[in-house]
Order: sequence, then C-alpha cells, then structure tokens
Amino acid sequence: MAETSFDIIIIGSGPGGYVTAIRAAQLGFSTAIVERDYLGGICLNWGCIPTKALLRSAEIYHYLQHPKDYGLSAEKVTYDPTAVVKRSRAVSKRLNDGVGFLMRKNKVTVIWGEATIDAPGKVTVKAVTTQAPKGALAAGSYQAKHIIIATGARPRVLPGLEPDKKLIWTYFEAMAPERMPKSLLVVGSGAIGIEFASFYRTFGAEVTVVEILPQILPAEDAEISTFARKQFEKQGIKILTAAKVTKLEKAADSVTATIDDGKGSTQTLTVERVISAVGVVGNIENLGLEKLGVKTERGAIAVDPLNRTNVPGIYAIGDVAGPPLLAHKAEHEGVICVEAIKGLKPHPMDKRLIPGCTYCSPQIASVGLTEQAAKANKLDIRVGRFPFVGNGKAIALGEDQGLVKVIFDRKTGALLGAHMVGAEVTELIQGYVVAMNLETTEEELIHTVFPHPTLSEMMKEAVLDAYGRVLNI
Amino acid sequence: MPVNILMPALSPTMEKGNLAKWLKKEGDKVKPGDVIAEIETDKATMEYEAVDEGTLAKIVVPEGTSDVPVKTLIAVLAEEGEDVKAAAAAAGKGAPAAAKPPPPAPKPAAAAAPSSASGANAAAPTAAAPSAAPKPGEPPRAAPQAAQAPAPQRGDGEGTGIARTNRVFSSPLARRLAKEAGIDLARIQGSGPHGRVIAHDVELAKSGRGVTAPAAAPATAPPVQAPADEKILALFEAGSYEVVPHDNVRKVIARRLLEAKLTIPHFYLTLDCNIGKLLAAREEINAAAPKDKDGKPAYKISVNDFVIKALALALQRVPDANVTWTEGAMLRHKHSDIGVAVSIPGGLITPVVRHAEQKSLSVISNEMKDFAARARARKLAPQEYQGGTSAVSNLGMYGIKEFYAIINPPHASILSVGAADERAVVRNGKIEAAHMMTVGLATDHRAVDGALGAVLLNACKALIENPVMMVV
Repeated sequence: MAETSFDIIIIGSGPGGYVTAIRAAQLGFSTAIVERDYLGGICLNWGCIPTKALLRSAEIYHYLQHPKDYGLSAEKVTYDPTAVVKRSRAVSKRLNDGVGFLMRKNKVTVIWGEATIDAPGKVTVKAVTTQAPKGALAAGSYQAKHIIIATGARPRVLPGLEPDKKLIWTYFEAMAPERMPKSLLVVGSGAIGIEFASFYRTFGAEVTVVEILPQILPAEDAEISTFARKQFEKQGIKILTAAKVTKLEKAADSVTATIDDGKGSTQTLTVERVISAVGVVGNIENLGLEKLGVKTERGAIAVDPLNRTNVPGIYAIGDVAGPPLLAHKAEHEGVICVEAIKGLKPHPMDKRLIPGCTYCSPQIASVGLTEQAAKANKLDIRVGRFPFVGNGKAIALGEDQGLVKVIFDRKTGALLGAHMVGAEVTELIQGYVVAMNLETTEEELIHTVFPHPTLSEMMKEAVLDAYGRVLNI
Repeated sequence: MPVNILMPALSPTMEKGNLAKWLKKEGDKVKPGDVIAEIETDKATMEYEAVDEGTLAKIVVPEGTSDVPVKTLIAVLAEEGEDVKAAAAAAGKGAPAAAKPPPPAPKPAAAAAPSSASGANAAAPTAAAPSAAPKPGEPPRAAPQAAQAPAPQRGDGEGTGIARTNRVFSSPLARRLAKEAGIDLARIQGSGPHGRVIAHDVELAKSGRGVTAPAAAPATAPPVQAPADEKILALFEAGSYEVVPHDNVRKVIARRLLEAKLTIPHFYLTLDCNIGKLLAAREEINAAAPKDKDGKPAYKISVNDFVIKALALALQRVPDANVTWTEGAMLRHKHSDIGVAVSIPGGLITPVVRHAEQKSLSVISNEMKDFAARARARKLAPQEYQGGTSAVSNLGMYGIKEFYAIINPPHASILSVGAADERAVVRNGKIEAAHMMTVGLATDHRAVDGALGAVLLNACKALIENPVMMVV
C-alpha cells in the first residue's frame, strides 16, 4: 500500500514546484509532487527551454547566411522546420526525463492527476488522460501538513484575440509550427513576443510586432529598449508601439488584423498567422481556493514574504503567487518557502534583485532599477554606459552592436541597476546580480580584475564610465 | 564532542557578569547567531550569541546568577548527531571547564592591558602607575601586563565563546553607510548570512534598533565600607518599605560617586552669567538652520550645547586646568573631552563629547541628541562614556538655581548649570532686568587650585556671556 500522507505536497512540477520538492526532500521532509501534464511544467516543455533550442537554430542559420563576414563560404543553406522543431522537442524531452530522475533520486513521490485542496492538509487528486511517468501514484486522497501551490500560469486571452490553435497561436503552437509562415503578426512585445518575432524573422517571415505601450519590452530601461528596437527594425521587423489590435478577421489560411495606431487612424494587415503574446495569468482556478478562503489579488494568490497564504498550511510560489513571472523567481520562492517551514529563517527574496533575460537577437538582460524608475523614485543617480564597439572581444566575434548601462546611487555608491543589450548579455548579467546581492559599491567593481579579452570587460568599463574613468572609448 | 559555553568577556576588563536571562531552554536547538542568553554587565545588558550549531544540552549556571567569573562554564551544547543526555552528563563531570584550553580572547589587543585600559576610569588612583596611565583618546600602550593575557589557543576550546576574531563581517555598502552615519559596525547586529552586517541593518541602527553595546565598564574597584544593611533595616518598621534590588547601573553609580567624594578633595566656585547675548545668538542660529524636505531643521542648539562648547574652549585657554590627577604625575590633556550627564531611567550616565573644542555647536548638539537617545535605551558603548577631561551637569530644566555636582573621575572638574531666568541686576547704579544663569564649578584641589579654578570659571563665563568669542 503506497504512502498517502506526507509532510509536504506540492501542486505543480514546473521549475518552481520541482525545485521546491528537491529542497524539501533535502531538508528531510517526506515530499510529494502532483502533476497533470508533464514533469517540468511549461518552462521545460513549452517555455524557456524549447524556445532556447529554437533560437539556437535561428542563430546558427543567421551566421550561415553571412559566412563571408568570417572569411567562410557556405552555399545553398536551407532549413527544415520539422527538424528544427524536432530538435527543440528532443531537448525538452531530455529535461523532462531529467526531472523524473531527480524526483526518484530525491525520493520525491510523484502523484499523477489534477489536484484540489479540500481542506488544509487534504488534497484530492483526480485522474487525467495524460500519460503518467513510471512509478507515479494514481489519483486518490492524500494528506500533507503543508500544501504548496505551484500551478504556474497560462497565456492571457484578450477578447477578440482568442487563440484558435490554427491561425491565432499562443506560444504552444508557435513553438511547433508545421511550416514557417510567410507573414506573422505578434501581438505583445514582452519577452515571449519578441523572442518569437526574432525567431520567425530569422527564418524569413515578414514579422510585425504590435505593442500597446509606448516602448517594446516595456519592463526594460527605455534606452536599452530603443537600442534593441533599432536593431530589430534593421533586421526587417516592423514595430508599432502605442498601437492596438482591435479586430482579427479569419480567412481560410490568413488573418486580417485591424490595428489602431493610437493617433486616431487605423490600418489593416493581412498575415498568415498571429501570435498572441499579451501576457500570462495565474492558474488559480479549480484548486478549491474559494471554499478554503484563500485570498487572491489580481489573478494571483496573495502571499506574505515567506510565501504563506492567509490560510495556515497553504502556501503559493511562482507565477501563481504573482509577478515577476519568471522561473528563477519561482525556484527561489520555493526554496525560501520550505526553509521557512523548516524553521531556518531564510531571508525573504528581494524582488529588486531578480534578473530578467530575453533571448532575441540582440539579447537583452537586466537587473534592478531602470533609469526611469530611479528618477521616478527621485533617487540621485550616476549612470555609466559602455558600447560594444569599444570592446575587443565583441569586435572579434563580429558582434559590435550592443550597450551596457549601469545605475549607481550617487551618495552611497550602491549599484541600483544594470541593463544590457547585445551578444551573450544573458550570460553576463549574473556578474552584476551577484555584486548587488553582496551589496557592492562602485569601489569593489572597479577593484575587480575582469579577464581580457571578454565581453565582461564592458561591465567594468560601464562602471568606470559612471565615475568618469572610462578607458576604451 | 560537546561544546562548552563559557561566560564571555564582553569587555577587555570584564571579570564577572550577571547571567540575566536564558533565552534558550535545555533541549532547544541553537544556530550560530541565535541569542542564547542575556549577560548583564556594569551599564549594559548584552546579548550572547551562539557561535556553534547544536542542542542546548545543559544549563550549568541558572539565570539570575550574579557575578559569574569570566570563562566559567555556563552551559553545554551538544553538536549535531550527539546524544544530548550524554553531553549534559559529560558536562556535569567535566566541570569546571576551565580545565580545557580557554577560548581565544575576543579582543587580544585590548585584553593585553586590563589595568591600563581601565586605569583612567577605575577611580583607584593607586592602580594607575604613571608609566601605564594612558592619555584618554589614545590606545593604551603595550603594558607589561601583556604577559598575563591568556594566549589565544586553538583546539577544543575553539568554537566556544562569542567571538573568535575582531573582524566584523559586513557588506561594502553597509560599511560605507555605517561610516557616513558614524556608527561603529561592531555595534550593529548583522542579519545577513552568518551574522554579516548588511545595508538594511545599518539603516535600522541609524534609528537605534539592533545596536548593542559591545563591552561594559570595568567593575574592578574594591567594595567600599558602609553601614551594615541590618543596622539600616533595624531603623525601620518591618513591612513599612519595599525592597528594590539594585541593578548594575545603580551599583556602579553608588560605587563611583562614593569613591569620587571620598578620594577627591572637592572645592566649589560660583558665578552668575548674563546670557542675553547667548539666547539671542541661539535664536538666530536655530532660525537659520537649513531644513530638510520634511521641514525638520538640521540642528536645534540648546543652551547646554553652548555651555559644553564654552567649557571646552575655556579648558583650552586655561590648559593648566585641563588635567587629570594621578599619584605619579599630572596628565595635561591636549583636547577637551566633555562628559555630559544624561539622566536615564534608574540612574544617569555621562557620555563624552570628544575634542569638543574643535566641534561646531551643531555637531555637538546632534551628537548629544544621539547620545541621549541611546543612553536612555542603554545602548551606549563603554568607549562613549568612559574617560573625558571635564564635565557638564545641567539641572536648569528643573528650575534649580545652583548646585555642585560630584566630580566624575578621571576628570578634575565639573560645571554645574542652573536655570536661566530673568533677574534684577544692578548696572551703573540702575536696576535692570537681565537673563541670568548661575554656574558652579567643582574642582579637584589636588589638580586645580582655587585661583586656577577661578580663572577657568571666568574664562567659561566670558564665553557664555559673549558667545561670539567662541568663533575666535
């Protein structure tokens, strides 16, 4: 007879849920995780990871189209969309299997089905039609002292832009196209919209991005966003900001969109496919939250800094617990949540120190306050900038378009924010994140030796620039 | 193996402490940084943080125990995986743990010269040999007593005690913020990993939260003979009074003032000061204070701040009076370090405005506000209230016309400030109304003779009556 009672049950096995399960097991809790679709959740199966696989194909294809830039020749370079998608799916499958392995290794019980919380401590799991991994427990009644909701989020649906899986896509369909569409409208210019715009443009589609706000990548620093926009437009992506898609008319194999440019005039655009990337909403339904009296706010479960809901014994982490909706935020919240349950007194997460990355070309990465936010908060700041054209490694790579920007508190020298656009910046940003977590001032960054030749030298140069000491520009 | 928790030496000169309170019970889990007990010393109650992780196996010294000598075994910690009962039993047999190598002295440098560090303040003149007597404000010289200091040892003893090194772990930003705010990092309770002081802690410390006094005043003076308690009790009818035990502050005040009055030949001088100009200047200065965005002025100078400054400058102008008596020699001080008596619940304490002659009124004023606030919270560090060259005591706010305070060793004088009020004065044969304030000076006749005291008090009066001379 299988165990039905645990210290902790986690609902949802996305990056937040499965990492939480591992940490809980490490802390000695008997732990179970409930999943209804696929281990690893959206991130591993339909989000972060498979899109990176697709974008890698796009990146290599892009280089093969400009071999002469590197003194090489390559002729008749083509692509096979089916093979590109197949590779992406294989990457996801490998990681999905990996999560199964990690659960076994850490003795975390996997329960297959859809969970409802009947009362604090009681979870009912209903059977689902998806294939359960080997060794998973079946639907039934389970008990746990602590229940952690990690059910993630799903694409937001706007009236008039309802996805139909055929002509109007969400990221699910956009990730596994049967063929490359010749023309594409992307509604929304957040990370998801911009990454798909970048991917499809590289493979030759006519791409138009419509953003309702005045700048693309609205969460990013305005200067970085403007820089990226110029690069995208140079690549041939059409961008309309402060504009709104008001109507989508579907034909047999095309969609005609009506776009209000925000200045009183409208235009129509006919495209083969539309991607709706207007954000995501938390999966707070069908969990029994209302009956339990768990408080929700703006589509997310309300939690305290240690991710406790208002109902004792029930916790929420990740997308379902509110913004920022990022896998790494979910993971860390989960760790804090179970460490607090264990009584370890973890520090609550400082949300200002969560980095954000967008894997378009050029890449965008940032952490902390934007210049606009700093000024809106009336902070007295110093700003430093360094362009990729001043960096030897960037020029050697053939990637001389980019910018590193840092924002310091003028009085204390605290690093308040860092913003980057250009090649490989998603791998660079962590240097600043570590620095900010250690509460670095400009002095420590200036005294740090950065290896030459690397793109990372620009991180130091930007700091030097903020203090009037820039060297290579 | 079990870890012995010993009575910590919370200051270089501490020999005994009171175990005020246990915050953990036997069987409680303890993590590094957890506050396990409160140790009471002369003027401060300090939190005793655990260094090691484990389970509190046995409490050897119960709470409420007074005068526990430093390095006495007070509790035993069973480390992870160890049998708590066995550890507790072992402690019983193994005690006293003094047999084990002592923990490294928390502050080896300071511990090297206990008598010289405290000499100035111990009010036991014979203890301060001239060669070892430090000048206030300067670190004690390496004294021969260094040889007596326990050599830091590593081994089983390591891991006991509260602090293994002087290093305060802190973030770069925290260091910078603390420096700007003038807060000693060592006094800030760190909330970061392993007790690291982070920026947030400094922000809290600025508002007085999470600040500890790391060391306490010495308690080395011999007890002074007084009538036996029974004789006093016999004078009152049993049940007609309540017995309120002395806390450490009360004991220290009693001991030190008795010593001062018994060992220092006090004599007294009085002068009336016309403070009309001072009040006008004060009004002008305060009216001109720049205001921050909340409309809070950058400073608000009090009459007492003027008096502190006046005394500091007067001591510079009459350097023979800026002295400390020792049996071996006279210490003539270069700076005017002015102690200012601050009334606190249950007693008083005298934080010292260092180098007051060099400080502006606004700096003195803001320093005093900070001292007063932290004094009331009993959060002053010993180095903030020890030493000094003279002092000011002001009872003017209670309407007291004049009085003479007791000299606070190692000072050679103390200025007692009465209330400022309008009085009838005779000038050029006419009676006029003037704002007058009476100041009394008590001096140590061993160090400052009558005529010299009079010169000092007149210099002080001249500055109080004509405060513009403070800028000369």
